[in-house]
Amino acid sequence: MLRLEGLTAAYGPVVALDDVSLEVAEGEIATVLGANGAGKTTLLRTISGLVRARSGRVLLDGREIGGAKVEEIVRLGVAHVPEGRGVIAELTVEENLRLGGLWRRTRDAGDVFELFPRLQERLAQPASTLSGGERQMLVIGRALMARPRLLLLDEPSLGLAPRITAQIMSLLRDLRERTGLTVVLVEQNARSALSVADRAIVLALGRIVASDETLDDQLRHAYLGF
Amino acid sequence: MDRFIDLTLNGLSNGAIYAAVALSLVLIWRSTRILNFAQAGMLMVTTFIAWALIDHGAGYWLAFFAALLAGLALGAVIERVLIRRVEGAPPLNAIVVTLGLLVLLEALAGMIWGGNPKSFPPAFSIAGYKIGGRAVLFSPFDLFTVLVVGALMLALVLLFRRTALGLQMRAAAFAPEVARLLGVRVGRMFTSGWALASLAGSLAGLLVAPSVFVAPSNFDAVLVFGFTAAVLGGLDSPPGAVVGGVVLGLALSYISGYAGASTVTLGALAILVAVLMVRPQGLFTREQVRRV
Repeated sequence: MLRLEGLTAAYGPVVALDDVSLEVAEGEIATVLGANGAGKTTLLRTISGLVRARSGRVLLDGREIGGAKVEEIVRLGVAHVPEGRGVIAELTVEENLRLGGLWRRTRDAGDVFELFPRLQERLAQPASTLSGGERQMLVIGRALMARPRLLLLDEPSLGLAPRITAQIMSLLRDLRERTGLTVVLVEQNARSALSVADRAIVLALGRIVASDETLDDQLRHAYLGF
Repeated sequence: MDRFIDLTLNGLSNGAIYAAVALSLVLIWRSTRILNFAQAGMLMVTTFIAWALIDHGAGYWLAFFAALLAGLALGAVIERVLIRRVEGAPPLNAIVVTLGLLVLLEALAGMIWGGNPKSFPPAFSIAGYKIGGRAVLFSPFDLFTVLVVGALMLALVLLFRRTALGLQMRAAAFAPEVARLLGVRVGRMFTSGWALASLAGSLAGLLVAPSVFVAPSNFDAVLVFGFTAAVLGGLDSPPGAVVGGVVLGLALSYISGYAGASTVTLGALAILVAVLMVRPQGLFTREQVRRV
């Protein structure tokens, strides 16, 4: 479904992605691991169109989307949950959710409330009053409002208690089973990401240094620290 | 006491005009974080369009709505053609562009319509209402001014709070990148913000034109007052802009009435400096960071 071919991206002279190729089939969960600054976030930003690739191609269902506008890529069913501050704090929980479904013209948040009952209790509150875990629920719920086919998740476990991280991971598995959702999951928390992933790549300084086929114990220890 | 009532009423109607100018500045500040110094020129051009229509025999209301529509279009075009290029660039670039645009518009208007001030009719009578046999300093046109600016503010509040367009405009202003990831066409929202702002500006031009007359640089003072009102209200909040406008209108009316008309501009400046010193974030804003 998603295919990256020789993707290279740079911020000025600093190369953030160097010849990265990856193929993710429909309904698969792929995880991108690596340390800070390895290029994981840039990889997601290049897929969703926030960063222009210097060379290489991004194909969605065999169709080239590299160079398309972010807003158009979103309309192809790609939802990108950015790292950390994706909540629009000035808006209420309800407005954040509504925004997620706007381009699809859906206001029905029933499924999201089923997943995250907590959000329903806080609908009228400004998103700035939510806890870290609730914010993460909100950004994921908001992305799901658009019923995406491909979900790009950037460090959903960042700053969250292990119990909530585990909940999010099992939620991903669940969504994949129920809706055939395809996921690209960027994580520093390799252990929890690998627990749900069908395939994995490890980035270091923008290059793929290992993938699940080659990820032996030595590499695992060198790059992932366990 | 009569004098106090007169000054209060006069301050209210002047304040409504400052509020409309302040709204036009706040809407642009909110959506693109740019202070639009060209606003004085933009509302001058749309008011000239109304004047030209009336001069060619069109009715007042046709000219009125034509000027508002011209405002919408002018704001959108300016954002798309000029401002788009400096969005995200250092703030100074945008300031230079809007100042340059102000000079350009005033020069163009001078070439087309000449420098002589033209009189502009009010929508309704400017003879004060008679209360208890005394004519107060508040006319049907003043009432219209207050009501129409109030209606504009109400419409803007409803737009931002209740409609999908307003929600997207707010999202684009608060968090452009997140908004884009949710499919909001952020560029279009910025264009809409400029169009709406320019509409509010043209309304202010139509309302103030009967008293300042229409000439290329006759609206510059209104921009200064509108800017002061916007800063009073915190630059970020439409209701703040309206309250700031009314407060400024009242203050200047009392200053003018009790200390002499020649001190008005000085008074506005003193208020601006005082607000910036005591409460630089304005009376209504939530945000602390200011780039200009």
